[in-house]
Parts: sequence; C-alpha cells; structure tokens
Amino acid sequence: MLVEVRWHGRGGQGAVTAAELVAYASIIKGYYALAFPEFGAERRGAPVTAYNRIADRVIYDRSPVLNPDAVVILDSSMVGREVLHGLKKGGFVVANTTKKPSELSDLLGQDYRYATINATKIALDVFRLPIVNTAMTAALAAASRVVDLEHLVEAVKSRFSARLASLNELVLRKAFELTEVK
Amino acid sequence: MSTLPGWRKIPRGAVILEPGSSVRYKTASWRVLKPIIDQDKCIRCRICWTYCPEPAILELDQQYTSKSGRVYRVTYTVDYDYCKGCGICAEECPVRAISMVEEVR
Amino acid sequence: MSKVIPLSGNYAVAYAVKAADVDVVAAYPITPQTAVVEKVAEFVANGELDAEFLHVESEHSALSAVLGASAAGARVFTATSAQGLLLMYEIMHIASTARLPIVMGIATRAISAPINIWCDHSDFMAASDTGWIMLMALNAQEAHDLIIAAYRIAEDPRVHIPVAVGYDGFIVSHTVEPVDVVEREKAIKYAPKRVTWYTLNPEKPMTMGSLASPDWYFEFRVQLQNAIESSREVISEAFTDFKHYFGREYREIDSFYTDDADVVLVSMGSATGTVLAFVEEARRAGMKVGLLNVRLFRPFPEVEIAKHLENAKVVAVLDRAMNAGSSFVGPLYSDIVVTMFKRGLDIPVINHITGLGGRAVLKSYVESIVKHAYSLVGKKMRDIERHYSFIGVRE
Repeated sequence: MLVEVRWHGRGGQGAVTAAELVAYASIIKGYYALAFPEFGAERRGAPVTAYNRIADRVIYDRSPVLNPDAVVILDSSMVGREVLHGLKKGGFVVANTTKKPSELSDLLGQDYRYATINATKIALDVFRLPIVNTAMTAALAAASRVVDLEHLVEAVKSRFSARLASLNELVLRKAFELTEVK
Repeated sequence: MSTLPGWRKIPRGAVILEPGSSVRYKTASWRVLKPIIDQDKCIRCRICWTYCPEPAILELDQQYTSKSGRVYRVTYTVDYDYCKGCGICAEECPVRAISMVEEVR
Repeated sequence: MSKVIPLSGNYAVAYAVKAADVDVVAAYPITPQTAVVEKVAEFVANGELDAEFLHVESEHSALSAVLGASAAGARVFTATSAQGLLLMYEIMHIASTARLPIVMGIATRAISAPINIWCDHSDFMAASDTGWIMLMALNAQEAHDLIIAAYRIAEDPRVHIPVAVGYDGFIVSHTVEPVDVVEREKAIKYAPKRVTWYTLNPEKPMTMGSLASPDWYFEFRVQLQNAIESSREVISEAFTDFKHYFGREYREIDSFYTDDADVVLVSMGSATGTVLAFVEEARRAGMKVGLLNVRLFRPFPEVEIAKHLENAKVVAVLDRAMNAGSSFVGPLYSDIVVTMFKRGLDIPVINHITGLGGRAVLKSYVESIVKHAYSLVGKKMRDIERHYSFIGVRE
C-alpha cells in the first residue's frame, strides 16, 4: 500500500505542518510516512506546496510526488483546476471552502471525489486566527482512509503544548464532524 | 637519505611534545655580520633589547662604570648562540654604540 | 527504550549531536543546513545539552573554532552546506593532517554561480580531497545514526581523523520521516568520550601547528594516508557494533541484486532510493539489473565495490556533481573506473550526471539509463565513444 497526498496553501496557513501532522499520525498508526515541502524559500502569503508519502513498509523513493491520491487545498482562493494536476482518477479533492461538494464537482469535473469544509470559520472560532491546517487534516480523515482521526488527536497531543493540543483537538473533532463528503 | 626518524616514529599531527625545544636550535650559524656593543658609548636606553626579534640582546644585572666615570646598574650583551646577525639593533641604536663586524669563524 | 518520532534530517542530526553529548558546537547558518544548528542551539539554551555554542562570523571561523576546541580535548560538532563548506575548505586540510577528531554534518547543496540553494553533491565532492573520512546518508535515520558512529570512528585511537556525514539538502534535510532516536546513555556506551588524541594542556605544554620543513612535512602526509587506510577496519567494527547496540545495520556499501546482474547501477545519497524503486520494478519485469549504494566515500571501499562489479556486463554510475574539464566528469565515476581498471575489469562504465541544483531524479531517468546500458552489453571500454551524458537537462 502506498498513498500520496499533495497539500496546497499559502505561507502561514500551515500546509507544511499539516503534512507533518498526517505523517506523525501515520507513524503512530505503525506506518512509514514522509512529509516534505516543495523545497525552497519560505515566504508568508506565497503559494506553498507540501507532500505526504505513506506506506506500510519503508519508503525508499525520494522523487517528487507526481500523481497524488489526494489533493488538500487550504486556501479557498486556490480552488481550481490548476491545483489538481496529476491527481489520480477517483482521487480525493479536500477543500477549505463554503461551497458544497456537488458544486465543486460541477466546477471541476466528475473524475474525482470531493469533500468540503469551512475550515476558516472553525479556525477563527477556536484559535481566533485563520490557521486552518489541523482542520484540514481532519477533513482529509473524514473524506478518505488516508489518516485516522484518533491518530491525528494523538499526534497533536505529542506535538503541541497541553493548551494548544486541547484547542487543536477541538478543531480536529469539529472539522471531522462538519466535513461534507460527496 | 636523512637519518631523521620515519613517519611511524614521529608524533601524530605534527605535534611537538617537548615544550621549549626550540632552545636547542641555535641559529648563530645564520650570521654573516656580528653585532658588537661598545659599553662606553651605550646609554642603556634598552632600545636594542626591545627591537631584537630573537630576542638575542640580554639585559644583565651587572654594574658597569664607563671610562667617563658614569655608573650603570645594567649591562647589555649579545647572546651569540641565537643572534642571526640581522643588524636591527645596530640600525636602531640612537648613539651608534653597536657596530656590525665581519665574523671570522 | 528508544523511541520513534517524526523528524526532519536536520533535526535527526541535531538529536544525534545531543545523544553524543557534544561539548562544543560552532556554526554559521546556511540553507539547507540552518535548522540543524538552530535545534542544537535550542538544546543548549534549554539545558538539554551541556555544551558551549559559539556564534561565529563565518564558516571559516566555525571550523577554526571547533578545531581549537578539539585540540583542547572537547567533543565537537559543526555543520554547513555549499559555499559554507568551501569557506571551510582550508581548515578541513588542517583538521585532518593535525589529526583532530572533528565531526561535521553536510546538508549537501549546489555551489554558486548561479545561486542555487537546492540539492546536489558539488559541495561534498569538493571536500573529497581533504583527508576526511566521508559518509553519505540515505535518509534522516541514517543521518542520525552515522553522526553517532562518526564520533566512535573519529575518536578511535587508531584513527584520529575528522569525519563528515553528508545528507541530501532538502530531500533529506527537510523531509520529516520516522526516526528511532538513540538515547544518550546508549550512545555514550557505543561511542565513549575518551580523549586519546594529543590535547593542549597548560600543565603539560606541547606545540601544535608548528612549521614542518621539507625534512618533515612529507612524513606527516604519509601518516594521514596510512591512517585513513587503516581506518577501514575501525569503520567496519563501528558498523558491526552499531548493529549490536541499536539493531540497525550499515555497511560501507549496500548491494541489491548484483549477484546475477548484467547491468549494475552505482549511486550515492537519496537518489539511491529512487533508483532502488526502479530496480525492484525492473526485476519484477525480469530485467537483470543490480544496484550499489556508496555510503562510505572516503576511504573509498574499492575492495567491497569490486566484488559486486566482477560479473557485470555494463556499469552505469550516477553522479550528482561534475568536475568540468576532467577526464572523468563525475567524481564518483572516477573512483569506480579506477577501481575496475586496477582489477582488469574491462567492461563499459558509463557516467550519468543528473539531479544538479535540486532537479529531481525521476524513475523514468533511471529507466533510460538502464536502457542505454543494455545497448552496450558485450562491448569493451575502448569501444565507447562518449563516456558520460547528462540526464534530465534541456538541449
């Protein structure tokens, strides 16, 4: 089994951390997982791409992810055909948007499976900051079996301080519940 | 071939284990001209002692009475084991009390 | 109890520095190395590592500072990349012939011009004539483990030679993956802090860094050559013992399917993973392809390598660096060609320069390399018109 995920966001939204959380959760599950950014200089606001490669055995291949199984879009302004390049047919599109999955399907075509969530609202409610990465990891969990909610909860507990971990857990559970899957 | 020790026998990393071993390296043979201090002209200003790069000017705790009757508490002499004959002392001496003379060996 | 946590290559190296209980760290930040020394500085600041962290004004000073600390008997660490390594180059020679057991991490990166912060092996290869022991890690776990092994090797009384551990910039340095972190107590047991090299001590003065006249200099260079040659045994022991202590097995080289391979690929660093992924697919398709990964680059493990090339019909060497104008172009290629020539193995050895300046090495490139190699089966070296090619470049 080998699953590849591509994350699209803007500098500061936490796309790289999202990929790391998913890797962390997968490692907790007992899988081997890689998380890596599109290598380069980091700038706030600029488009950021990050990747996951998850498998049930050691991963040797270090070449870039060209044909992901899922694409996660952290910024609603980036939702469009451009970010879907290489996505496998039947792959998941998980987007932070106020639109319904069926609307995305009409917009982007029937080749993919869609899941949507208003992650910005959840992040603003809980953190009072538009940091949507944890919410989007939960949306990915709700949409696909790439990662499990309980492992994500464990990952945020290991990664963050107690106070931040409890806020993130709240976000994870809320987002998991509110994600709409088509 | 040289009789110096081979690579197996010398300390690693070019370390010199004996402190101050350069004392054994007498550089007198480098000399062509030899400084001679005229003890009567010398005013004990210490400039030669200061400038000598070696240092091969020795300040001895030895009283000296000059021909003119002046009494000095110290005497400056040359350490001929290490003096390389560079002549800086003679050049710097403000009263020309040091002369460089040809050395006959 | 060891624990598996997700770490980037840089952090994995920082955790190894902590486990090895390093005394003095000096470094200057440069992408993609920066995060390793940031993390070490954090360990020092919050008391997890009792070390002196020296903030210096350049890489030249960073290596000079750890060289001085090593001469005073400290366990030291520094890390750099690209131009930073070139600025250390002068001091690298001093460190090796002065026989000081410094350990350095190199997050490998292309050399300017033009400015490029991404991965290739130009920096690592440029340091290959400095008399250091040089290892190349495949992933974050290896980077972590090899740093710990490096202290054991460098400080062994039979060695006293600095060790550099390379790990691919970004591809390893910035990729988060599971790392089994070694505990300090176990690391120190494996690589005990025993100062067996000559050290500066006011109570027992000695001279370091003196002039060596033509009567003496040559002997010290011969000392270094003989010492790095005899370090092979210590490196092999260090790897064997590493398995006993930590369960993970490392060798000077890794071989995959070379026993019956017609075409053997030779690779170094993270690209090996991609090459291996292709080789496994090719094997399933019935192609007799093999792979050698070179982990120990200096001293070059030619005996081990030659064993795996004896039955090959064509050898293809992937280099992530180039030496413009040389007779060999790729630095790894030159060592492979000499290794084979010395043993009279007259088969085509082809060099493929790829992945320069952060360009990805794709499985499809490996496929084209293997295809080309098959077209040369049965030929001899002198039948080959062009010994090298560039893969993944625009004409």
